[in-house]
Amino acid sequence: MAHDASSTLVTTATSETRLSRGILTAVALGFVLLFLLLPLATVFIEAFRKGPAEFFAALRDPETFSAIRLTLLVAGIAVPLNLVFGVAAAWAIAKFEFKGKAFLTTLIDLPFSVSPVISGLVFVLLFSSQSMLGPLLQSYDIQILFAVPGLVLATVFVTFPFVARELIPLMQEQGTADEEAALSLGATGWQTFWHVTLPNIKWGLLYGVLLCNARAMGEFGAVSVVSGHIRGQTNTMPLQVEILYNEYNFVAAFAVAALLALLALVTLVLKTALELRYSDEIAASRRH
Amino acid sequence: MEVRVQNIRKEFARFPALDNVSLDIPSGELIALLGPSGSGKTTLLRLVAGLESPTGGTIFFGDDDASKKTVQERNIGFVFQHYALFRHMTVLDNVAFGLKVRTAKRRPPAAEIRRRALDLLDLVQLSGLEKRYPAQLSGGQRQRVALARAMAVEPNVLLLDEPFGALDAQVRKELRRWLREIHDRTGHTTIFVTHDQEEALELADRVVVMSKGTIEQVGSPDEIYDHPVSPFVYGFIGQSNCLDVTLANGEIWLEDRPIGLRAANEPDGPATLYFRPHDVELIDGCGGCLAGLVTASRRVAGTRHLELELGRTHPRVEIELPPERAAFADHTRIAFRPTRWKLFQKGERRITAREEVVVPELEATGT
Repeated sequence: MAHDASSTLVTTATSETRLSRGILTAVALGFVLLFLLLPLATVFIEAFRKGPAEFFAALRDPETFSAIRLTLLVAGIAVPLNLVFGVAAAWAIAKFEFKGKAFLTTLIDLPFSVSPVISGLVFVLLFSSQSMLGPLLQSYDIQILFAVPGLVLATVFVTFPFVARELIPLMQEQGTADEEAALSLGATGWQTFWHVTLPNIKWGLLYGVLLCNARAMGEFGAVSVVSGHIRGQTNTMPLQVEILYNEYNFVAAFAVAALLALLALVTLVLKTALELRYSDEIAASRRH
Repeated sequence: MEVRVQNIRKEFARFPALDNVSLDIPSGELIALLGPSGSGKTTLLRLVAGLESPTGGTIFFGDDDASKKTVQERNIGFVFQHYALFRHMTVLDNVAFGLKVRTAKRRPPAAEIRRRALDLLDLVQLSGLEKRYPAQLSGGQRQRVALARAMAVEPNVLLLDEPFGALDAQVRKELRRWLREIHDRTGHTTIFVTHDQEEALELADRVVVMSKGTIEQVGSPDEIYDHPVSPFVYGFIGQSNCLDVTLANGEIWLEDRPIGLRAANEPDGPATLYFRPHDVELIDGCGGCLAGLVTASRRVAGTRHLELELGRTHPRVEIELPPERAAFADHTRIAFRPTRWKLFQKGERRITAREEVVVPELEATGT
């Protein structure tokens, strides 16, 4: 009886009637369906329109294959770099007081607020042959633009904030008492980082790295500007998708897009699986 | 180990947190740093630990100048208010941490580390919980793990920062008694910080009362309570009343009336009179007394607390009497006189009058 009453009547200030609950849920689900699931499904349907054989053939194309390799290479360099930077920046910001701290915090967010195209353009202006650095680099025969270094630089810039942004609030909340405890027990700075700080932040760090990786692989704008679109050499997966699509090669375009989407999905599934597997430990590391 | 703090100064962004503080702590003593928030007590503790570095002054551990050493080299045990246990390690690993991180040369063998950690868990009465994680323990248990962890490195000095501050009253009292027992058994020189005077007075061999970055008084709990040397200590420790009085010809006057107390050797002028609510006697008639109207009367356990109004310009005064002698209705006028009191000259922190105990004139009254 009491249970029935609570499900039909407004019994507390925060519970809604059945009708409004239903409407709210329907709106949320409808949105997810329309704007997330439907486009995603379209990608896969288009990719397999002419059957799996065509799909795999499209991926085996040498230019596409080189784009996949390049994307993995760029992400493989950019993500570890931002991992190290993110941990260092979060550590500095959360655990120390220094002049210019607020400025640094704002600066870390810069890549989020600047359009990716401009991020790419910055590197073109910096390293092109008309710039100050350009001739110098040329004299040493160092190629930055329209080559792997340029792609890595642009990707690092764009994915700069992910790890740091994830860690700063976490580390600020955790404070410095654990580190002080370790130091007072005679641990060195490195031991303290390795045995105390890192375990405390590992879930936030993992999440930041996954997000950073997803963005590094999917980045289009900044990479497009510095890439030069040299087929089979400086085209990453998102750029390859555009080229194939512009050539009306829809199956191949959607095949590469599907692979990209799959990478993102795997990332998400991985994260969810880890969260389920270690939910107790994650909860324990939040509170104390 | 003996700890000597000499002329320590500490400034945070030019704001002095500690101003020329000196303190000698003999080996094996349990000493409390007591003061309101912002008094510098935690800063002093962290300076001894090496978690902060002083702006000036030195700290000696025995004959060693510890202020030149890092926190790791000082070999101290530090217990934090919010435990600061390593949440991803078991209780046993937490306690063993200090031994495990030692260099290979100084590190005991693994079996020895385990044995010592288990012994310590036994000492803090947590045997059988060594496989638990901190999140699976109660607050009191966590703080005991923290203490065991701090003692595992055989510290020169044990430092506790409001160790019971985050616990509820019941557990707090229990742990207080228990900490005293542990201290008596192990004999570590121990400094603990608290803002709870009851805790400090009950637990410590000596109490250091701090205010605004300086030490107001150092003494045994009895000395601190019975012989406060400054208005601050008088007001901060226990209950007290303070009245603005005038001194003339060795007599103490409240406005235009003498109150029957003499301070013969003091200069004339305005002063402040302090006395405790329970250090008063009722007197009949009033040829020199404090007299006031009873505005409130409360029974608190074994005593009756009376609130008196001595005049519009004075703060209310509270006195405590045995209940059978204080069955007063509101707005009854009663006369009393402090039996133990202290006079501080206006505008000066230092004590200007010694305590004087007035021998009651009518000792037999009421018995």
